Amino acid sequence: MNGGGGHGGALRSFLKKVAQFVVVLMTTLFGLVAVTFFIGRVVPIDPVLAIVGDRASPQVYERVRQELGLDLPLVQQFWIYLKKAATGDFGNSVLTTNPVMTDIANTFPATLELATLGTLIGVIIGVPLGVLAAVKRGSLIDQFVRVLGLAGYSIPIFWLGLMGLLLFYAKLGWVAGPGRIDVTYSYLYTPVTNIVLLDTAMQGQWDAFWDAVSHIILPACLLGYFSLAYISRMTRSFMLNELAQEYVIAARVKGLSEMRVIWRHALRNAAVPLITVIALSYANLLEGSVLTETVFAWPGLGQYITNSLQNADMNAVLGGTLVIGAAFVLLNLVSDLLYRLLDPRTR
Amino acid sequence: MTKPLLDVEDLRVRFHLRTGTVEAVRGVSFQLGRERLGIVGESGSGKSQTGRAILGLTPPPGEVTAKRLAFDGIDLLTASKRTLRTLRGGRISMVMQDPKYSLNPVMTIGEQIIEAYQAHARASWSEARDKALSMLEAVKMRDPSRVFALYPHEVSGGMGQRAMIAMMLVTDPDLLIADEPTSALDVTVSMEVLRILDELVTERGMGLIFISHDLKLVSSFCDRVLVMYAGRVVEELEAKNLREAKHPYTQGLMRCLPTLADDVRPLPTLNRDPAWAL
Repeated sequence: MNGGGGHGGALRSFLKKVAQFVVVLMTTLFGLVAVTFFIGRVVPIDPVLAIVGDRASPQVYERVRQELGLDLPLVQQFWIYLKKAATGDFGNSVLTTNPVMTDIANTFPATLELATLGTLIGVIIGVPLGVLAAVKRGSLIDQFVRVLGLAGYSIPIFWLGLMGLLLFYAKLGWVAGPGRIDVTYSYLYTPVTNIVLLDTAMQGQWDAFWDAVSHIILPACLLGYFSLAYISRMTRSFMLNELAQEYVIAARVKGLSEMRVIWRHALRNAAVPLITVIALSYANLLEGSVLTETVFAWPGLGQYITNSLQNADMNAVLGGTLVIGAAFVLLNLVSDLLYRLLDPRTR
Repeated sequence: MTKPLLDVEDLRVRFHLRTGTVEAVRGVSFQLGRERLGIVGESGSGKSQTGRAILGLTPPPGEVTAKRLAFDGIDLLTASKRTLRTLRGGRISMVMQDPKYSLNPVMTIGEQIIEAYQAHARASWSEARDKALSMLEAVKMRDPSRVFALYPHEVSGGMGQRAMIAMMLVTDPDLLIADEPTSALDVTVSMEVLRILDELVTERGMGLIFISHDLKLVSSFCDRVLVMYAGRVVEELEAKNLREAKHPYTQGLMRCLPTLADDVRPLPTLNRDPAWAL
């Protein structure tokens, strides 16, 4: 018991946690900026050339170079970048000419939407499948889950995406094709959060909403399948571990139903390590399912960063990396909080 | 003697493994009224598996057979799952070895006792809570309402085991199986837990199966003792007549006990005769 401090103690420890979190966030982000910045400057690609083209005169080339501040010492460049970044200015993208922040505000929600839906599918189907496989170990369903998991690990995602499009879009016509929403619907709502499902639903544009659903469902299921493969396998092994524990026998001795023993006793304990697994898999999807985004022409962050990288657009790469880093730290925090909530031993 | 509470005849527990079949319990028979029966034996002698088989909790891939396995006239081998579940926890209960592992770490002690009670009695939460608190008091918890809200990792081993006893006796069962209930506790705490167990069993007139590897403890605590070796009962005798044990295994065990009176050095060790296991 450590609740002896009363309200004041609780508040103080909460503030301490917040301060700790801010420090961790800042350190992580600083490290990310530093590494990405210096790698970006050291790689043998010329951002000036990317802007002026290879037929520009040396005078123009030199002017642009100075405008970008590339003639200054590296450390000074870094310092300038940091100062600007602190005010939320990550520079402009060479490729789109927009401020990087605007681009990210447009692309990140698309990725977030897809990754969230994919993870939801992965959890809602993967966890029960894993539990069943563990409970009926060695049975048909256990074999099924194993094959499902193995396939999830070994089938290339872009191939499965293409096959999905071929079958469900081109042949059967059950779902809409690439993109987030049909052009016809795209003017029916005003983007607020840039999460199409949320925007359309909040504005009551249900036709547009269902069109967006029909667009997202295939890529989301695809990502969902891959996260399901991982989550169900881990759930299975965590559950096997819990089901062998003495407290499970004790619960049976008490005359509880098997349902209650499995879902309330064993799963509640297995949920603790499972949180880490789910958070990791979510972070993985957030980081960019570049291939999926490419196959489905999904204007997400993964695609944005990849494009920028290929075009020496270092500002965009840096900004995108930072957003992903921040998402990672935030997810870590959330899983930490859930951990505390679920496991009294960590409080 | 009236109709026995528990009637076991030729109980066998087999595990079919890839490497062959292992028979953990090989033809155990005994009858039990509202009395205290001790089962002693070394690790792997099948004493715990006997207890689990009575509860129908033999872990897979185990298989239980018996000529007769009846509790209060109910055949446990042919009873439906539903009947077994009402018996389990309701009329037959078990206290297990280590409260560190046998209590669910993510549920409070109170929740776990209430759950046991509500599995068998139609009771509202507040009724169940009162019952749980009075049970915690019955196992001599100093501050029941505080212990009620604690998680298992927040209490000591002795408190944990008393909470376990409270949880397993909250439904007023007729038979309690205590499977090495004090092995994980240190000596002083273990005496206290035994005293509480003793009091509750006497008070409620329950039948008790006390499984242990401690011959001395069992003989002082029980009316009757079964000595098991390699899955069989090699000897059954009144606890007070332990000195008159006939089987060489029991005799050997008795000889290995050090006494305060005379200093035997070296202490004899048990020489196992392979014929005992046949």
